[in-house]
Amino acid sequence: MAVSVDEAVATGPAPDRTRSARRRGGLGRTVLEVALLAVLAVVMLFPVLWMIETSIKENRDVYAIPAKFFDFKVTLDHFKDVFVASGGGRSALSVSFLNSVLVAGVSTVLATVLGVPAAWAYSRFSVKAKKDQLFFILSTRFMPPVVVVIPIFLMYRQVGLIDSKLGLILIYAAFNVPFTIWMMKGFVDEVPAEYEDAAMLDGYTRLQAFWRFTLPLLLPGIAATAVFALIFSWNEFVFAIFLTSSDGVRTAPPAIAGLIGGTTVDWGLVAAASLVFALPVLIFAYLVRKHLVAGVTLGAVRR
Amino acid sequence: MAGIEVTALHKRYPDGTVAVEHVDLSIGDGELFVMLGPSGCGKTTTLRAIAGLERQTTGDIRIGETLVNDLPPAERDIAMVFQFYALYPHLRTRDNLAFPLRAEGLPKSEVHERVDEAARLMRLGPLLDRRPHRLSGGEQQRVALARALVRRPRAFLMDEPLTNLDAELRADMRTEIKHLQGQLGTTMVYVTHDQVEAMSLGHRIAILNKGRVEQIGTPLEVYDRPASLFCAAFIGSPPMNLIEVEVADGKLRSQGGLVLTPPPGLPRDRRLVAGVRPEALEVTEQGAEHSVPARVVSAEWLGDEIIYVVDHGGQRDVRVRMPPTVRFAADAPVGLRHTGGPPPVYDVSTEELVA
Ligand SMILES: Nc1ncnc2c1ncn2[C@@H]1O[C@H](COP(=O)(O)OP(=O)(O)OP(=O)(O)O)[C@@H](O)[C@H]1O
Ligand SMILES: [Mg+2]
Repeated sequence: MAVSVDEAVATGPAPDRTRSARRRGGLGRTVLEVALLAVLAVVMLFPVLWMIETSIKENRDVYAIPAKFFDFKVTLDHFKDVFVASGGGRSALSVSFLNSVLVAGVSTVLATVLGVPAAWAYSRFSVKAKKDQLFFILSTRFMPPVVVVIPIFLMYRQVGLIDSKLGLILIYAAFNVPFTIWMMKGFVDEVPAEYEDAAMLDGYTRLQAFWRFTLPLLLPGIAATAVFALIFSWNEFVFAIFLTSSDGVRTAPPAIAGLIGGTTVDWGLVAAASLVFALPVLIFAYLVRKHLVAGVTLGAVRR
Repeated sequence: MAGIEVTALHKRYPDGTVAVEHVDLSIGDGELFVMLGPSGCGKTTTLRAIAGLERQTTGDIRIGETLVNDLPPAERDIAMVFQFYALYPHLRTRDNLAFPLRAEGLPKSEVHERVDEAARLMRLGPLLDRRPHRLSGGEQQRVALARALVRRPRAFLMDEPLTNLDAELRADMRTEIKHLQGQLGTTMVYVTHDQVEAMSLGHRIAILNKGRVEQIGTPLEVYDRPASLFCAAFIGSPPMNLIEVEVADGKLRSQGGLVLTPPPGLPRDRRLVAGVRPEALEVTEQGAEHSVPARVVSAEWLGDEIIYVVDHGGQRDVRVRMPPTVRFAADAPVGLRHTGGPPPVYDVSTEELVA
């Protein structure tokens, strides 16, 4: 809505009118924004929505043409199939989920236990060629897993780590330690070294000072970092599919991928398994969302 | 309680920065010793070396009779107060105070007693159950001081503990620290870059510049006879006037004709600078006895005094401290006269005191 110069400079009720005009303009913009965002959301979320629908449809409805959006029979059989094998007992998929929990959990703990003290050391001590070392550490993350997976496969075969959970745990930890060091160094930098100095003068050793004063202050940062590491290990596909083969060792991503292929694909099962697989990540991200933002905006807040 | 001896201290950080070039200090038992110097001159580094938080590259540090070079901070029995107070954020005041004592493993009753005593000394009663983030800056600083007190250490080290406080609170805390130190009689090394703080607190002051000690002396010595041009310019506000002089007929004469009483033992054939305090000069009516013609450039009215900035015969910006009753307009032609005794005289090339 155009406002003429006369109107704009007029005193009295004119300011009110311009204000309402601006409000209407604002409203128009908001409507547009909402519409655009809605379209975007539908496009982005449709696959997820479809996955959810597929997971609760009966198999014949999955293949129905035209597709059934609303009028299908809801069933939870696919979810049952995820956990229970057809002949009763535990399904291969549920074993792979347990493997995922174990591998992601242990590798994250390992990366945190190794990475946090290293980050502290890099933050507090003067180390020769610190910048180069830190860059080197980061550079190990530049390499796409596909590139290194063959040499690692060969090495693992030599030392007998092929098709073992330990092998996966080690490789995930190796990838998460550099990440943990980088992320945690930022958090440690934010904690004033004077706390440790004061504690040392109060009669503690350096390690005690770190353990009793700095570490508690780092907990939010550690939580955020660990969740990132956990999500990486949980989602990782390339190493998992190359380095493992048996059902008892495989993690969920290759196991789910393994459902596709063959003559018939049980899409309902694929969808249900994918949902079960995605859920923990969502829950975790939700629980630590505050700290995640803290991690992402790291360095934006100064003391 | 103990004195502190620092001998030939030299500290080079791994990145190559030489923070302390060469420092010798001999701090007496029970002395309040101030280290004063501009930013980056190595005050904090020296203090941290005494505390054991940095290892000196070379040199010896003794606390009392003990050579502490290789002792960790915990075993040096000293307390330090930082510019950033470093109160443990997750502990209430009471526990912050008790912490160093619990670390020593003192029995509960004694911990309680000492915490109460320190709290009484620093008037922390109502603050004992608060956490640091609910204390004001001044209160945090008092808690930090109290935490240093409870241990009854052999010496206190203070690194610019008042920098984060506002002017009024600083003055209060200054008095408090001085009083406390006198009462306890514990050796204290106090680092500051604020000369007013240094002058008002210190039994003796060491002036540091670029990792070296320029002068050590009582506040009066340091004020009256700065040992170098650096000290002369650093101490006093406004600082000393550095006036180029020549020796002629047994007198010191400036270019503008100002005549000063020479100190004994002046060297010949050197370019000299006299250090004249603003209160050793006087602005007079033009043509007054012993005065030289000068011109008022500006006047700073400070209430209890006026600082006149005058030019005289090629010498610019000479500062003169006058009582507020004597008033001259800016740009007015006036006289300038020296009233004090013989000023300290410096060699221009070596920048050292020569007489
Ligand atoms: N950990 C360090 N690594 C490298 N150089 C350092 C380190 N700490 C201090 N320096 C350098 O050493 C010099 C002296 O530092 P120091 O902190 O002792 O100065 P200061 O006198 O305390 O100054 P300020 O009044 O600003 O606190 C400075 O040039 C500083 O940049
Ligand atoms: Mg300092």
